Amino acid sequence: MLIEFIPVLVLFALATAIAVIALVLPAFLGPRRPSRAKIETYESGKLPYGDARYKVPIGYYKIALLFVIFDLEVIFFYPWAVVLRQLHVFGLIEMGIFTALLVVGYVYEWKKGGFEME
Amino acid sequence: MDWIAGLLIPFVKALVLVVLLLTGFAYLSYVERKLVARFHVRYGPNRAGPFGLLQPIADGLKMLFKEEIIPRHADKLFYLMAPAIVVVPALLVWAVIPISNFSFRIFGYEITFYLTDLNIGLLYALAVAELGTYGIILGGWSSNNKYALLGALRTSSQMLSYSLPMGTALLSILAVVGSLSLVDIVNAQRGLWFIFLQPLGFLIYFITGLAETNRSPFDLPETENELVAGFVTEYGGIKFALFYMGEYISMMTTSALATTLFLGGWWGPFVDELPILGIFYFVLKMSAVVFLIIWVRASLPRVRFDQLMGFCWKFLLPLGLFNVMVTATVVALWG
Repeated sequence: MLIEFIPVLVLFALATAIAVIALVLPAFLGPRRPSRAKIETYESGKLPYGDARYKVPIGYYKIALLFVIFDLEVIFFYPWAVVLRQLHVFGLIEMGIFTALLVVGYVYEWKKGGFEME
Repeated sequence: MDWIAGLLIPFVKALVLVVLLLTGFAYLSYVERKLVARFHVRYGPNRAGPFGLLQPIADGLKMLFKEEIIPRHADKLFYLMAPAIVVVPALLVWAVIPISNFSFRIFGYEITFYLTDLNIGLLYALAVAELGTYGIILGGWSSNNKYALLGALRTSSQMLSYSLPMGTALLSILAVVGSLSLVDIVNAQRGLWFIFLQPLGFLIYFITGLAETNRSPFDLPETENELVAGFVTEYGGIKFALFYMGEYISMMTTSALATTLFLGGWWGPFVDELPILGIFYFVLKMSAVVFLIIWVRASLPRVRFDQLMGFCWKFLLPLGLFNVMVTATVVALWG
């Protein structure tokens, strides 16, 4: 039923309007005395050097990849959990096999050190 | 379906909801400062108005009249968009949260105490709440500041990781109820609150909720002693306030969802006779969870980043999956 989503759209429009107003308003209200030092990147009072977008540790990338894999698998559980009462033992065994496969991947990832932030 | 029921009523309800949430945000910041001060044996804000009650208004006006500063190296478009991308999803989640089953009629139109009852309510809430991550990573990236970028990376990986155990904690509820609609979930708790059926699920939900809203002891994004202020380092004035608005509204959302999913929503004594009491019970339970979150912040030290990640992936995720499988076995065999 798409009609149920109309209130969501209305709320979205309202929230966006508030955010935009809040972002535009200070441009008219606040003082305007720009100076070179004010708009310089903050680096604890030292002169900033180089670009911030430098190489970052690989750990963050690993986490993102793992998230994509595991989140997809957790999403598969949702429809199953909703209709579990109709599926009974059949659904339980099916999901047991799926979870077993998931656990194999999980253990492999753990042993390979995928969860370490190195 | 005429335009009054289709557009006008949702618009008025959404307006009331947004005004309530913004007021809630303002006074939540006051309540938190006051409570943390009491935990520290201090007074907290007490200058603006009686008991410092006008403090949020003073803060808001101050933020509004600040000079607008955009850092020289920042990516202007994303720098300006980021606070909005944090705030809008935080507000949007409230479309599906049912406050009470109480409804009244005005000119023949039924007014309920929730904006809409989606049949995928819980999935919607999870998905929309997760969208705030985009705002945080864009804010950190566009500032072109080393602290901000590191803070944003940390925040996004923390929020991504902790949404997995949270998903598993909610799965066990779904298996018991058999519906994603939040109204159905609350109705199923009429006899027994799910916190008694799923104590482990509630614990996992609460811990992951703290991490998702970047609250202490998981407030790694803004570790002031190593990252200055994390992803908000280059933000000031109203844009800074918008990030905080997002955080505080998420905190209220987490508490409201905890109430809806585990603490029986609007159910309480005498609700059957007097349904309007449900609003009171909902607010009471939600405030209790908010108080608990602030209490945790005042009591626990911050964890280290690798501990945070290890705790999530090596402990919470297997625990959550175990909880789901046990629940599913019970439901499938005896449900």
